[in-house]
Amino acid sequence: MAALSEGFALCGLAAGSAALLGLEPGGGPDRALLTDPGRTVTLYKVSDQKPLGSWTVKQGQRITCPAVCNFETGEFITVHDSKILRIWKDEDVNLEKVFKATLSEDVYRLHSCPNMEPLVVFKTGAVQYLDALLAAPQQEIEAVIAEEEVIRWTEVCLEAELTVLVLITEKDGEYRVYVQKLNPSVLLKFKLKSEVERSTPLNFTASLKNKIVTLQALYSDGSIYKSLVSLHEPGTEEEMVLSKSLLLKLPVSGTALKRAALAILDDTHIAVLATLPSQNNDARECLCVWNIKFQTLQTSKELPQGTSGQLWCYEGRLFVTHGKMLKVIPYQCESSSLSAALGKLKDVRSSEAKMVSSVNWNAFLEDGSELKQLQQQSPVKMDSKRSLRSQKNSMGRVEAKAKKSEQLLDDLKTASLSCIEQKLQLIFSNTAEPNSQITVGQIAAILVSRCAAEPTFYPRDILIQLVQTRQLSYSLCPDLMAIALEKSDVCVLQRCLQQFPDIPEAITCACLKTFLSLNDTSLQELSVDVGSVVCYIDIAHENKADTPMEAVQNGFSPMPMEEDTCDQPVLNPQMDTKLLCPVNLKRAGLLNAVLISAYSDMFLLPHLKDLSAQHVLLFLRYLQYLYMKCSENVNTTLPGVDVPTVNQIMDWISLLLDAHFTVVVMLPEAKGLLISLHKFVRAQVKFYSELNKIEGSLQELQKARHQHKHPGLYSIEVLELV
Amino acid sequence: MGEFQVHRVRFFGFVPSGIRCLRYCERSERVAVARLDGSVELFNLAANCFRDKVFPGNESRSTEAICWAAEGRLFTAGLNGDILEYDLHNLRIKYSVNGFGGPIWCMEANPSGSHLAIGCEDGSVKLFQVLPEKIQYEMNLERQKGRVLSLAWHPSASHIVTGSIDVIRVLDVKTGHAIQRIAVDRNKTGSQNRECIVWGVAFLSCGTLVSADSAGKVQFWDSEKGTLIQTHRVTNVDVLALSVSQNEDSLVVGTSEGTVFQLQLMPVRAGEAARQWVRTKPFRHHTHDVRTVAHGSSVIISGGMDSHLVIRPLMEKVQSKTYDSALRKIIFPHRCLVSCAQKAKLLFLQFPQYLELWRLGKTEAVGKHGEVLPVSRNQEHLLQLKTKGPEHICCSAISPCGSWIAYATPSRLYLHQLQYENDGVGISKLPRLLHSAHQILFSADSTKLFVASDCVSVHMFKLSVTDCKHAHTFQAKSGSVEATCLLAASADGNWLAAASLDFEINIYSVKLLKHHCTVPVYKCPVSALAIQPMSNNLVIAYSDQQLFEFSIQEKQYSTWCRKVQQHGLHRDWRERDTPITNITFNPAQPAHILLHDTYSLCIIDKTLPLPDDKTPLLNQESLRNLSETARKARSHAFKISKKFQPLLFMALLDEGTLVTVERPLTDIQAQLPPPVRQKKFGT
Repeated sequence: MAALSEGFALCGLAAGSAALLGLEPGGGPDRALLTDPGRTVTLYKVSDQKPLGSWTVKQGQRITCPAVCNFETGEFITVHDSKILRIWKDEDVNLEKVFKATLSEDVYRLHSCPNMEPLVVFKTGAVQYLDALLAAPQQEIEAVIAEEEVIRWTEVCLEAELTVLVLITEKDGEYRVYVQKLNPSVLLKFKLKSEVERSTPLNFTASLKNKIVTLQALYSDGSIYKSLVSLHEPGTEEEMVLSKSLLLKLPVSGTALKRAALAILDDTHIAVLATLPSQNNDARECLCVWNIKFQTLQTSKELPQGTSGQLWCYEGRLFVTHGKMLKVIPYQCESSSLSAALGKLKDVRSSEAKMVSSVNWNAFLEDGSELKQLQQQSPVKMDSKRSLRSQKNSMGRVEAKAKKSEQLLDDLKTASLSCIEQKLQLIFSNTAEPNSQITVGQIAAILVSRCAAEPTFYPRDILIQLVQTRQLSYSLCPDLMAIALEKSDVCVLQRCLQQFPDIPEAITCACLKTFLSLNDTSLQELSVDVGSVVCYIDIAHENKADTPMEAVQNGFSPMPMEEDTCDQPVLNPQMDTKLLCPVNLKRAGLLNAVLISAYSDMFLLPHLKDLSAQHVLLFLRYLQYLYMKCSENVNTTLPGVDVPTVNQIMDWISLLLDAHFTVVVMLPEAKGLLISLHKFVRAQVKFYSELNKIEGSLQELQKARHQHKHPGLYSIEVLELV
Repeated sequence: MGEFQVHRVRFFGFVPSGIRCLRYCERSERVAVARLDGSVELFNLAANCFRDKVFPGNESRSTEAICWAAEGRLFTAGLNGDILEYDLHNLRIKYSVNGFGGPIWCMEANPSGSHLAIGCEDGSVKLFQVLPEKIQYEMNLERQKGRVLSLAWHPSASHIVTGSIDVIRVLDVKTGHAIQRIAVDRNKTGSQNRECIVWGVAFLSCGTLVSADSAGKVQFWDSEKGTLIQTHRVTNVDVLALSVSQNEDSLVVGTSEGTVFQLQLMPVRAGEAARQWVRTKPFRHHTHDVRTVAHGSSVIISGGMDSHLVIRPLMEKVQSKTYDSALRKIIFPHRCLVSCAQKAKLLFLQFPQYLELWRLGKTEAVGKHGEVLPVSRNQEHLLQLKTKGPEHICCSAISPCGSWIAYATPSRLYLHQLQYENDGVGISKLPRLLHSAHQILFSADSTKLFVASDCVSVHMFKLSVTDCKHAHTFQAKSGSVEATCLLAASADGNWLAAASLDFEINIYSVKLLKHHCTVPVYKCPVSALAIQPMSNNLVIAYSDQQLFEFSIQEKQYSTWCRKVQQHGLHRDWRERDTPITNITFNPAQPAHILLHDTYSLCIIDKTLPLPDDKTPLLNQESLRNLSETARKARSHAFKISKKFQPLLFMALLDEGTLVTVERPLTDIQAQLPPPVRQKKFGT
């Protein structure tokens, strides 16, 4: 975790003065060169909070450019009145008596870095090394930027032999980036993509690594974008648009930021000085450290007395003006890693033994369909060159595949039904691929969204096939079941219930409701997976139960008819000992799908209350029927596969009775059902209590036998070791 | 492969003595444990918690305190008023010094180990200076009223805190005066107003006192002002023991209901500097009173009336979560207390103050695996031999023919000849031989007696019907001062192997009466030793569960041994809890090695392949279900039976007959006093 220390004040600032002109490293460790907006340059020893020297220009003159230190010679350089350059040493007292050079153009800024001759940046955008400039101070300075353009920000980046100046200009709200490579001089021009949201860049940072300039810009809407400029490519005269990617979005309260500053702390941490909403909702200026890798706020510090919106960062310290003080805040950034956050396995040996294959989320996020990379990242140390090449190869394959699947997904959005079927056959045939789960999910999502958009489009067979790949789950495509419910497509619903492990209880209940309310005639036409239902629902009775349904033409509602037929045995159980199934085969198949799906009773109960009284009765009868069927054999199971267990049946009975207790009590039709259920359950309880007694005596017998086995202090036994 | 008639003996009524006090020496990684019977044991935590040194008990001693001082010297003090120092090399008491203050209840060395402070019955605290080879009385701190039951030094050694009945005192070591007296609250919640005994005190370097008392409280006091800072009521019964960690951020207390509580100094709120003592973890590993606890830097050690020594690593302080960081419960001694006369089928059982001789029973029947055979003749208790005097027996042996028995107390070695007349046993005593024996062994033909003695020497006596003569003393060349602790003689009578406390194993030629060779020294103590009858290979088991086979003739490790070391032993084998305590051989099967620890009996078949970590070590059950041919393909060298537990002894009587001596834990528990009754839910 990164941390900001308490900090200390370096110096006071003149009251009412504007923002500081600049703060630059002072040519030695622990030194800072402060240029105030008026006439003074002061050199501080930071940790001692003590000025080492102070220089002032004459009354009437004005320093226009932050003083810098020439690291090579230890001299200080500044510019006053835009054109007059002054160079002096530590021991000089009076700035009037030091070296002076009058330049032909206005200077924007001086840049000085260790191991580099200082650079002078003119307002025209031109750049000159100081020594070259001093050879002929009055030399002509060419204009690099257009006349109306104003320089907003400059930065010099160094890497090995390479010196790069980054210049950002503005003209009528349009921002341009000039990346100037020095020695040999190459200029790259870019246009910063103009913002639609009318947010303007407020502050920038630039860094150079591997000949790539990374430019980070903080925008007034609180987002930080990253742009990369490669110096490998030859410079072209034409202006390119610099693409950018969002690095971080700061939580900004309502209005846009007016001023904000940004500083890079290390590879993963940045410091932001901005007005951000605080806990009690009043916006305060604060200094925050963010981890850009994990997008997390690491630490923050409120600066209630206000700042000038300027932020500098040197030698592990942040410098910020706070009220009438220049505050120094030391910081510490430890590299954060997910493993550090989650705790890591210290035992290397055991961690090696178990290589857990995990999903590469980055690959998912970027192109949605790649896992192959993961296999390349095996812990075997390969020859670096070879691994690089194979990685490249795999990257190539990845891209090709990603393109292919992208193409497919695009096609799905528009192609005709038959066309889609054809295309998907391939996908269904090789579902063993590691990434197929993602692909299937994407296909389902696209198809379902198309279904929602086009009322005529409903590829039922494809959806069923998708569900049956066993790759799909509810959470991968939540809308699938919603659309099937909407279309009352019980076939798809049944498959989903059978296959998905994660259906919310509300959806399960909605399915149940659909299954119970479905018209028998329409049910007859559907191709429902009956499964093992035939094994325990008598066909003879089924036919019998179906007979009244043939008479639907007479205008009877099939539901009460069906109930009448099955009320018969309930009311006169002693007359007809054989049970009749209250529902037909297909409905039984559907209901079984509900019974065997996973649920949590806490969440199911409220939704179960939505069932109508008739539905409850019908379902209860079916459950009773199943329960009695279960109890027919000794091991209380139904024949066949994928059938509800007796525990599931009993759970559903008690849930249903729980949810509709009052309804069941009040309903006259339910009376017979309840009586017979109660009788049956009571008989079962009696039966099991008898079993309990037998178990008790058997256990005692076992104990007695056990004791007999270990009798006394001495025995002779046979031991065989094979 | 191997079918045995096993005589399962459960009549060995051995009850380990309860633990009174213990101290952990971080530097040497040793735990010194004093038991209620006066014996002192040293456990080596670096060597798989092996009990490598034992000082036999004594009825006249009642140890109350034990401590390490001055570079690993060990002292105890007890109710007879004496302070004893122990000779750790030759396992005897160096000297005793009387404290002249009546019974000593507590003793503590100052942090540098230069002084001992004892708390006496008469209320005095006396200081002794620890000098090389002795201790010397230095001064008496101001005598107070009431016995001093506990005391502790300030880390700077400037002050001593004492705990008595109802009161805690702070004494200035320089002046000897009491500078603070704190009255401790009696337990008013009870029906009677019982006195509050301060069982344990500690002095933190910040000046805070910690006390543990009989009212179930752990209290923190300001030593300067004498005010109470904090009270933790950890239990309703007595808190008997207290120990603070070296860096003073954690402490443990032991209670008489068998629970150990840890208290830790924790920040009041996360990120804040203010810290407070918080009760964090309870450990329930004991059934009876926890009389003593020790807090090491990464380990908590506790012991109590139930005689279990529990070594519990603190998981947050342990780097690797491996077997080494597992909880250890040491219940049984790591040395055999039983010897067996194979030819006469006699068992010789050693108790602290007496010995028992039993004749094993007989059966005529045969049977299959797992069957219990009818006993045609019952076991017979032939003899009980009581020692005279308060000293406890340290070792004993019976000759293979059964006509000689020998035993030793710390001061004397006794040898008796037995005559069996119809049903009775006649016993005749032989003259006094010598003092100090750490292990006794008869040769296979019962004509010689080997006695392991001090300074890596072994004495040999020649036995005849009327006489016993000292024949020779084997002395190793190394000149080590450590005592010999284990002996093994070859069946042909030619060789004698002797292991000493500094892990050295010397092999002597009995015929030539000279030193033959030395086995390369290993890093761990030897736990068992035996010589194979046919090949004269020495098999050595070390406390870290490693097995070595050393060829005496060739003076080098055998090929099989090299194979084992190259292949490595199975992980489950290495991670067993208890050391191998006995090794024997089957003369009919030269490739077999029989050995056992407390929880398993194992036959190693050297002809079979060694198991690797992927195959299960315990495969007897699965092999039994396989066909003969499949069995051959699947079987490996380690044939382990876990049927006999806890196993104290195993010997081969003749080919196909084993005797095992078990001591079921329930039988031991039945002998212990009832524990403090704890309310359990539903009772």
